[in-house]
Amino acid sequence: MSEYVFLYRGGGRPESPAEGEKVMQKWIAWMQDLETNGHLKDRGQPLEGEGKVVRGKQRSITDGPYAESKDIVGGYTLIEAKDLVQAAELAGGCPIFDREGLVEVRPVMKM
Amino acid sequence: MEPSEHLFRQESGRIVAALSRIFGLDNLALAEDVTQDVFCRALEVWKLRGVPHNPPAWLMKAARNRAIDVLRRERTARNLVPELGRLLNSEWTMVATVNDLFGAETIKDDQLRMMFSCCDRSLSEDAQVALTLRLQCGFTTAEIAGAFLSKNASIEKRIERGKKVLANSKRLFDFGDAELPARLSAVHRTLYLMFNEGYHGASREMPVRAELCNEAMRLAALLLENARVATPATHALCALMYLHAARLPARVDANGNLVPLARQDRALWNRTLIARGNELLDRSASGSELSEYHVEAAIASLHSGAATDDDTDWDRLLWLYDILIRIRPSPVIALNRAIAVAQRDGPESGIAAIGAIPASDQLASYPFLPAALGELELRAGRVERARNHFEAAAALARSPMERRFLELRVEAARGEPQR
Repeated sequence: MSEYVFLYRGGGRPESPAEGEKVMQKWIAWMQDLETNGHLKDRGQPLEGEGKVVRGKQRSITDGPYAESKDIVGGYTLIEAKDLVQAAELAGGCPIFDREGLVEVRPVMKM
Repeated sequence: MEPSEHLFRQESGRIVAALSRIFGLDNLALAEDVTQDVFCRALEVWKLRGVPHNPPAWLMKAARNRAIDVLRRERTARNLVPELGRLLNSEWTMVATVNDLFGAETIKDDQLRMMFSCCDRSLSEDAQVALTLRLQCGFTTAEIAGAFLSKNASIEKRIERGKKVLANSKRLFDFGDAELPARLSAVHRTLYLMFNEGYHGASREMPVRAELCNEAMRLAALLLENARVATPATHALCALMYLHAARLPARVDANGNLVPLARQDRALWNRTLIARGNELLDRSASGSELSEYHVEAAIASLHSGAATDDDTDWDRLLWLYDILIRIRPSPVIALNRAIAVAQRDGPESGIAAIGAIPASDQLASYPFLPAALGELELRAGRVERARNHFEAAAALARSPMERRFLELRVEAARGEPQR
């Protein structure tokens, strides 16, 4: 088994809390599934939409992270899977796709 | 623990009430924004981390923290509640004061007071209902518009006007106010209208309407918990809601079609709700007050106690309708009474009773007037007349479910097999 990080990008905010609850229920079911099948290594954390970016030799600081809200990482999860193909398959079950978001699947570098 | 499907409905009313006590009723928009934000953030966290063991406590704590943040940021920029201003302005007392204001009993009180604030008599009944749904149940404008078949813009206007009226009073309604009895009647009426709208409109096409029933029952139950407002009429109103809600499972058949009371499968009625309703009805008889809710609950109780439609005690039912018409003269009630007359004395008497309804022109666009005439003509064997009435009724239908129901009656009057 190898480890993979799922980075959740975009996906927007729900129109109403009632709708938000439905979206959350789907996420919980998906996470439950990952956990039951032994793929969930660490649930990870949601991230604030705002932040700062420090860049260049000057260490210039700007509001960040990106101008495009669809690119913002909203959270991450650590997954265990057989290979990248399986990890990507697992990511395919994420409810983020209902809301035009995406999941970036990145293998954790091995020693 | 799984979060309840209606967690937001339940908690948003409590959070908005607590926050508007802290920020003042003239800062309602701020209280609403903070509430919305607390909930959206909760969902973001919970969807990854899982739902906490006690979601309401989690939300309250988050709301309290956000309130403190907002006070630190905005207290110099805004005029906060004068009664609390001094305590909230000093860093020494602010956190302790906010903690007190988020105490369970205080919040329960604030929520009730908000309910009374929403039922200000300078607002129309529709506006009171819309404001209650927004501030007590967290309905969005689109959800309210959907439930009442209105346009978003007109609901928005109604709510904005309501908020201005609330802002004028700055403080939540005070139970020591001499206006309490009049306000309580307005609160009863608002919850009654909410429940009715939900009860008669709930369908597969409009699931939001079933929520109106749940919310009306939830808020009415809050009134029962406070001795000052748990009057006989409050008990009667709750009894009425339980007894009607008990019949909801039988109101729509497997195909999504409306089933009238006489043809409902009574085995589907919820016996627990009926027992609870009857118990509340007994307790409502403790004073000398006889409200329309008492009589309506008694009518519902009478139906729920009859094993079949034929077993209904029509004499007693008519007696109750006569009392109800005296308390609240209304052509819709007169129509129901006429249907009871027909059950007891036959279709010809029923048709005559419908013809004698005073101010029946108010029912010109009410589909169940021609529908009732259609039923009675059909029973009297005059199929052609029955069909004309049903066609007129179908043309007046207010929802797809009503239309389908009435079109099936047109077919029945053609002698075609009933689906």
